[in-house]
Amino acid sequence: MEKIVNQKAWFLVLPVFAIVAFSAILPLMTVVNYSVQDTFGNNQFFWNGVGWFKELLDPSTDLGGRFFASLWRNLAFSAIILAIEVPLGIVVALAMPRHGWSVAACLVIMALPLLIPWNVVGTIWQIFGRPDIGLLGYTLNGLGINYNYVSNEFDAWATVVVMDVWHWTSLVALLCYAGLKSIPDAYYQAAQIDGASRWAVFKAIQLPKMHRVLLIAVLLRFMDSFMIYTEPFVVTGGGPGNSTTFISIELVKIALGQFDLGKAAALSIVYNLIIIIVCWVFYTVMTNAGAERRPTEGSV
Amino acid sequence: MARIDLVDLAHSYLVGDNLPPAAYALKPVSMTWRQGGAYALLGPSGCGKTTLLNLISGIVTPSRGKILFDGKDVTQLSTRERNIAQVFQFPVIYDTMTVQENLEFPLKNRGVPKPEIDKRVAEIADLLDLTPHLRRKATRLTADAKQKISLGRGLVRSDVAAILFDEPLTVIDPHLKWELRSKLKALHRALDLTMIYVTHDQTEALTFADTVVVMHDGRVVQSGTPEELFEKPAHTFVGYFIGSPGMNIVPAQVRGREALLDGHGIALARGYDNLPAGAKIEIGVRPEFVHLTAKAPGLLSGRIERIDDLGRIRFAWVRVGGVRFAARVPDGFSAAGDEAGLMIEPSRIHVYADSEIVEGRSLEQVA
Repeated sequence: MEKIVNQKAWFLVLPVFAIVAFSAILPLMTVVNYSVQDTFGNNQFFWNGVGWFKELLDPSTDLGGRFFASLWRNLAFSAIILAIEVPLGIVVALAMPRHGWSVAACLVIMALPLLIPWNVVGTIWQIFGRPDIGLLGYTLNGLGINYNYVSNEFDAWATVVVMDVWHWTSLVALLCYAGLKSIPDAYYQAAQIDGASRWAVFKAIQLPKMHRVLLIAVLLRFMDSFMIYTEPFVVTGGGPGNSTTFISIELVKIALGQFDLGKAAALSIVYNLIIIIVCWVFYTVMTNAGAERRPTEGSV
Repeated sequence: MARIDLVDLAHSYLVGDNLPPAAYALKPVSMTWRQGGAYALLGPSGCGKTTLLNLISGIVTPSRGKILFDGKDVTQLSTRERNIAQVFQFPVIYDTMTVQENLEFPLKNRGVPKPEIDKRVAEIADLLDLTPHLRRKATRLTADAKQKISLGRGLVRSDVAAILFDEPLTVIDPHLKWELRSKLKALHRALDLTMIYVTHDQTEALTFADTVVVMHDGRVVQSGTPEELFEKPAHTFVGYFIGSPGMNIVPAQVRGREALLDGHGIALARGYDNLPAGAKIEIGVRPEFVHLTAKAPGLLSGRIERIDDLGRIRFAWVRVGGVRFAARVPDGFSAAGDEAGLMIEPSRIHVYADSEIVEGRSLEQVA
């Protein structure tokens, strides 16, 4: 059949294009505009070319040094929380009941942390961890552990990490649980018949069936943790020193604290690019893995 | 390899004492499965056949009763300890493994030495034509190849007490079905294994098994050879479930050696003066033993509604008063008008009281 060509169909795309233009493209272009200029207020702009970017990517400058230091912090933070939340989420999902009334109860309890706004989570943990009035801080110090997230870098990191684990492990667990629920009972029965151990069942059935949801969980948790701002800002304010100053916190300091709009815009763009690239890598890996899994060939 | 005894076995998926009989997916049954027998468990969907199978394999623990393997009580033992193999309706394969690893899995889990694993896997792969695919990822195969792998995993252990098949050929193409069923049959002869094959397809059951166990509504209604099921159904359900078309089962009044149907007397080969009072009395006769003839005095007669040509054989549907008979149309018969007579072989007529067969007394006994 002859394919019908009608260029007027492009008009149908216009509304979407207009919305995306106002919501994403125009603001982004403003940022691009700032990133290649310098301003001293009063709407006076001076052309700077790629100057800000050069400075940003050179660790020997003040801006570059701060960027790379916070980038490593971000990467370390994401690595740590992924290393904790993914295995923990799997374990929790495996421990959740598969049938009966307790399923609903479990799901509700699991979903609760996910419903709490970021800054509230930060406030909860900020108070919870205080050595003078917080339950956690007071108890730890009472046990003879010198815990103070305001003055000790390790304590600050531990608090931020534990807070994130508390907030987001549920998400991983719920995704894994959905993956586990999709496994038909016959698989478990067959494994029982085949004499498989608990570990063999996990390795041969459960993990392969969770493969896709796990990739989604890792992607979501990486992106979210890489963009983290509110919770550490509320709890530690980026301190002690700069020890918990992540890129987003640095960005706000530069843009709103120092009012260096050019530097902040350059940093925003690089930050954005990193996230888009990581997303793209994950997406490619996921779709490739999916294609490989589809039965494609051959009857016997 | 083992003889399997079921002693007063019953199961309900509900929990509690004094459950009503309707709550039981499997109503109490006692029976023996011979060592080395090829059995088919036949019945419509929801009749409890899968429940019975899962009770034998140990996936489900019975509400009451006992299961014995060679006289040893295994009721509380796990599937693994019972050493049973089972193949499910839909293919179960381990996604990350190759075909070879899938077949090795049950043996590896039991710590069978490597040379023996290789030997068994090669044997089974050969039998199921899987040898060219051994190195391939199992996920990349078609549904029937996957089901062959499931079958292979069931067959690969040589020492199993029994192999249970739960409608394993549902997903397989018709021409392969025939082939695989012959393979299973050959395997059964070669290995002297007890095999129990669940199906709702009578052809499958009758060709695979030497003993067919028919289930209906959670009860085992008859267990016998295909011939027995055909010639002497113990329950009206067996009569119409097996055979195509099924048995003619019509309400009648039976007195001594005569059945009264629609005011017309039909001679019986046996005497029935022992019928329980108040029971629903029916007579049943296979269409194969009802012959369509020209209308004649003394013969049951009715109006022909339809004639079905099944190729080798033709069946006519004949309305007699309020009931309908399927009857065999002899070669060369041509009906003169709508009306025709029915000649029924007396020895083929069975009498049922409340759906259960009643043994008549033969002539000598009556005399």
